[in-house]
Amino acid sequence: MENVQSVPSDEAVEKILGYLLRTGVLLAAGIVLAGGFLYVGRHKNEAPDYRLFHSESVALRDIPRIIRDAVSLDERSIIQMGILILIATPVVRVAFSVYVFLRDRDFIYVLVTLIVLTLVLYGIMDG
Amino acid sequence: MHLLSFTLLVCLSSLLAGFLGALTGLGGGVVLVPVLTLIFKVDIHYAIGASLVSVIATSSGAAAAYLREGYVNMRIGMFLEIATCIGALVGAYLTGVVSPSVIGVVFGFALLHAAYASSRPRSEEWGLDQPPDRLATYLRMNGTCPTPEGPKPYRARSIPLGFGLMTLAGILSGLLGIGSGAMKVLAMDQAMRLPFKVSTTTSNFMIGVTAATGAGVYLSRGYIDPGLAMPVMLGVLAGSVLGAKLLPSASTKQLRTVFSAVIVVMGLQMIYNSLTGRL
Repeated sequence: MENVQSVPSDEAVEKILGYLLRTGVLLAAGIVLAGGFLYVGRHKNEAPDYRLFHSESVALRDIPRIIRDAVSLDERSIIQMGILILIATPVVRVAFSVYVFLRDRDFIYVLVTLIVLTLVLYGIMDG
Repeated sequence: MHLLSFTLLVCLSSLLAGFLGALTGLGGGVVLVPVLTLIFKVDIHYAIGASLVSVIATSSGAAAAYLREGYVNMRIGMFLEIATCIGALVGAYLTGVVSPSVIGVVFGFALLHAAYASSRPRSEEWGLDQPPDRLATYLRMNGTCPTPEGPKPYRARSIPLGFGLMTLAGILSGLLGIGSGAMKVLAMDQAMRLPFKVSTTTSNFMIGVTAATGAGVYLSRGYIDPGLAMPVMLGVLAGSVLGAKLLPSASTKQLRTVFSAVIVVMGLQMIYNSLTGRL
């Protein structure tokens, strides 16, 4: 059985990671909910139409702009910022794994994790 | 329909989808796109954008619990995430170039596969009856899995095949805005011969990262509409938390059969509507 290795499980690390993930999701949901109330309150008598696709305006696609407009309480940008935080939670998890593999001197997996991190960030920074 | 009633109805439907998805283990994301496109007449690009956002929410919300149970194989998960992330990038770009009817047909088949996969017998493989796989040993992917009789070792194999299937799972996730858990489990328990519990929990662990990669592309391409993503995300999240709470005390066998039947009907409807140009 010398080839069978156990996966290291470190309770402290898992606890911090679990806490980070839960906090990220709750924070994102809270911000989306707050933005949602503002959005419904300000537009409740409009008729939403999603039948035809026309890409969202640049204001809701560009990350620095979303943050800027959310701070000035634009309801759509607030929701979009909550969604950005949600998208960031798995990224935080991957970044955290880089640290865990570094700590365990598991350098193949430091590299593997850095590749994954690059791919995720590439997706988010795209465009 | 006014915005307030639209938002509430979408939120309620998403809640139900998240609830049933968590209870049956089939995932809520898989029925969201058909519900939004077939019932609420939402364009498929907006629907997959909102769906993928909700996939991240349930995956990150559940990941904490899965990690604690000790079934997740972090190395296998991370290694295969290279495949799913590359696939998600390819899939998300494809969404912008292929026609909605093609997306609809592929979606229909993904639904049929998900329903079929949930009725498949679970793998009880541990891979101990054959010599260790060289690549799996080099990558230190073999692990132990908690059982009632204590930790039991298992061995992984067919890494290249698993990697290939995971790339396909990633493409489907990015193209359709789903977690594509059924495909991920297929790659791990059928191709790599991992124990069922290890496959399902590691798959759940991977879904969030895959979805975040696709969602990043969706956001910058303008597929994520805040007015639609808001009720979908909140509804699915609340529904899946509720479903996970009830899961230990619920008898889910019949529910799974019913939900699988619903998925089959939706899959056929998606294919039919796409082929007749009504999507």
